[in-house]
Amino acid sequence: MKAYSIVGRDIPRRDARSKATGSAVYTDDIKLPGMLHGRILRSPVPHARILNIDVSRAAALPGVKCVITGQDTPKIKYGNWRLFPATQDEYPLAVDKVRFVGDEVAAVAAVDRDTAEEALSLIRVDYEELPAVYDVRRAIRKDAPLIHEGSPGNVSVERKIAYGDVRAGFREADYVREDTFTVHPVSHAYLEPCSTVARCDPDGRITLWTSTQTPYIVQCLLASVLGMRENDIRVIKPFVGGGFGGKMELRPWEFCAAFMAKKTGRPVKFVLEREEELVFGRRRHPMRITSKVGFKKDGTLVAKDLKILLDGGAYNAMGPTATFLCGNFGAMLYRYPNYRFYGRHVYTNKPPASAMRGFGAPQSLFAAESQMNMAAEDLGIDPIELRLKNAQVPGDVIPDVATISSCGFVECLREVARMSGWNRKRKTHKPGRGIGVGCYSFISGGVFNWFNTQYPFSAAEVRAFSDGTVHLLTMASDIGQGSDTALAQILAEELGLRMEDIRVTSADTAMTPQADLGSWGSRVTLMAGNAVVQAARQIKEALFGAVSARFNLNVIYDFECKEGRVQARGRPDRGVSFGEAVAMAQKANRGEPVVARGYYTPRNKGLVTPAFSFGAQVAEVSVDRETGLVEVEKIWTAHDCGTVINPTAVEGQLEGSIHMGLGYALSEELRMENGRTLNRTFLDYKMPHAPDMPANESLCVDTYEPEGPMGAKEAGEGLVSPTAPAIAEAVYHATGYRCKDLPITPEKILKGMKK
Amino acid sequence: MMKHSITLTVNGDRYTLAVFPWRTLNEVLREDLNLTGTKRGCGTGDCGACTVMVDGRTVSSCLTLAVDVDGKEILTVEGLAPDGERLHPIQEAFIEKGAIQCGFCTPGMEMSALYLLSNHPRPGEREIRHGLSGNLCRCTGYNKIVEAVAEASRRMEKNNGAPGGGRKP
Ligand code: FES
Ligand code: FES
Repeated sequence: MKAYSIVGRDIPRRDARSKATGSAVYTDDIKLPGMLHGRILRSPVPHARILNIDVSRAAALPGVKCVITGQDTPKIKYGNWRLFPATQDEYPLAVDKVRFVGDEVAAVAAVDRDTAEEALSLIRVDYEELPAVYDVRRAIRKDAPLIHEGSPGNVSVERKIAYGDVRAGFREADYVREDTFTVHPVSHAYLEPCSTVARCDPDGRITLWTSTQTPYIVQCLLASVLGMRENDIRVIKPFVGGGFGGKMELRPWEFCAAFMAKKTGRPVKFVLEREEELVFGRRRHPMRITSKVGFKKDGTLVAKDLKILLDGGAYNAMGPTATFLCGNFGAMLYRYPNYRFYGRHVYTNKPPASAMRGFGAPQSLFAAESQMNMAAEDLGIDPIELRLKNAQVPGDVIPDVATISSCGFVECLREVARMSGWNRKRKTHKPGRGIGVGCYSFISGGVFNWFNTQYPFSAAEVRAFSDGTVHLLTMASDIGQGSDTALAQILAEELGLRMEDIRVTSADTAMTPQADLGSWGSRVTLMAGNAVVQAARQIKEALFGAVSARFNLNVIYDFECKEGRVQARGRPDRGVSFGEAVAMAQKANRGEPVVARGYYTPRNKGLVTPAFSFGAQVAEVSVDRETGLVEVEKIWTAHDCGTVINPTAVEGQLEGSIHMGLGYALSEELRMENGRTLNRTFLDYKMPHAPDMPANESLCVDTYEPEGPMGAKEAGEGLVSPTAPAIAEAVYHATGYRCKDLPITPEKILKGMKK
Repeated sequence: MMKHSITLTVNGDRYTLAVFPWRTLNEVLREDLNLTGTKRGCGTGDCGACTVMVDGRTVSSCLTLAVDVDGKEILTVEGLAPDGERLHPIQEAFIEKGAIQCGFCTPGMEMSALYLLSNHPRPGEREIRHGLSGNLCRCTGYNKIVEAVAEASRRMEKNNGAPGGGRKP
């Protein structure tokens, strides 16, 4: 691994102090003079026509300043897939019809929250209820109620992939199995509920502070639904208390706040209740996954045929991307000479599912990895051996997707086997104890431009000053994952500066360069990181020229920025401090500021991603055979994220992923009944607490991603996927119960053990 | 409905306030006193983001009525390092150990850690995990928070057992 001085070091995050002292300002901490408080009225029924809405009593309540319904709005549909307008299926407030329990119907702004809440109870809505459908298999039947005009069979998006010859592949196979897996909905459960504050500026422009991962997407879509120009809207991301994919769309309260701020001339704030988040909020897609795989006797994979029904709920949200990606995740990790995928995104009368950490990977990899474990057993091959036999290696081609560049998957498998004592534990284990493996590969940002942006995928501006400081402006959004720190580390490394020399302004659409699609799909380190490197290199060019002229150096000299100086390589005496170099460059150009802009848009990287991460995880469990309770004793992980920019941050991502993966496997589930979500509080949505966490040991294998900044690529999203299949396999190893329908509950285990 | 007059001592400062009887301590801290370091993640007593100390014991400020803590001493995250210069050892350890990601759980975690360390100056890992079991974190997987609390306990012991630079609750 190349030696760096700041990249690769455990630098505490730059916002840690303000977060530790409570001075970091999140959206709900913002208070503006004259600010009103908004609340949203939601549909109590899963599917209905709106016959009439009477807001007169609410509007007459003292303290109420504004009441709006869909009829008061410009009635423009929106959605993240701008490239395909037909997929834009949502109104900010329902027009004519509601499609799930929780669909937003009206909004109130009042002098305080209690008054707004009271006003909601005074709004009268007459509904004509329509038949509803909650199950994907019923929803695609001809006689199912139609949820959206224009989506017959309730299928909104279809994706097909095929390469090789699947039929011939299965003919060649010595062993074929087909399984159906189902996975359940779970909540992002970011600790900070969605919140937003809008202000209408004196010139009629809007400033919106909002808890989002994607300020640019919010800016553009808000402009479109308000019928305004994009740059008449300024979106600022304050500190954000987690997102995990749940804050990457324009949301109704953002529209309502802006629209009512315009109408009333007063700032308007919305803060969601946790109950709204859990009961009506976005969630991870439940799916029904049918997978058929064929192997040769010796374990060589020959074919895979994968069919997925994504339960999208009432609107598309980020479902089309999840549908698209599921097809790719199905063919990652291993060499599939013949592959076919058919994915359908299906509407049901339930709260929309959307992006959530992993973006389809936790679901499709639960199926793929579980099936790998089952096949290994039938073939009489050790599960890790079977994986090694089929593992992707650098240079492998996934047809129509990419050529794999850096890839440490084989090393990950070997390391995780070694660390966990796999061979020994797999063979000799006490009753009630078991060990299992799961793996992942993930994207480092998406290539497919569904948002149809005209700007680069990521952009950065670097301004250098004669006092030796630089200012980094980027629209990459730090939502807790630490991108402000990682990008500053990359910049400090490139310019030979210290962390304290760097000021960062991020995620303010009026200040930071157009554009950046935001924080999702693990795109930031690679994409924004590349934009930062590019800008820094231009700064260096400007400084190198000035310094070379100053010392009248021969053209063959190379220059470097190192330890706060700009100097000839190998001749530190021929150099000046960074600040002096900036002053010299400016003086040489009549005061022209030393500013550079960098950008990144993938080139020649197929349609999916510029780089893949890989990893393997082993879980050891003990199962109480009386109660069916599972205790995860320890988790070992070996993963490949390219160059590690900040080891503590990467570990933090891993440990957070284990937390989420553990919940996904064992305890978290949004329970549904007739389209209603039953979990109303964190008390009945069981996220792991501190005592529930297993011990963990991890290792990053040493790779270098040529497309990434300083060799870095994705870390921390793909990692959420291997935990559930690893635990499921360990439970099987311990009890003989094989889970094909997450979550793994004690009831299922006890029932499964009796069989 | 009548407002009630109450007196609170918050981080050493006395405030006399008129509040409706249904207002929570969380609302009064955040909205009336602009002490927004204390967060609100659920409002139902389940996440711990709103944890503060009342007379030396941790409470969920979202479930505590302001009128019920009339006359009491309250410590919030803003009171942990009152001079703003020297941080409390708990805060230092949270920063250095990488216990903070999005930071929304952090103030509540720190208050729970303070309560734990005030009562068990040298807790083992199990005790720490138990002591934090009322606080949810969705980002960190808790491990680095647990390490930070262990580290804070070592530092506080070096400081002669005093809970660091902050005012004593
Ligand atoms: S806000 Fe009080 S416990 Fe969650
Ligand atoms: S750091 Fe985000 S919830 Fe704990």
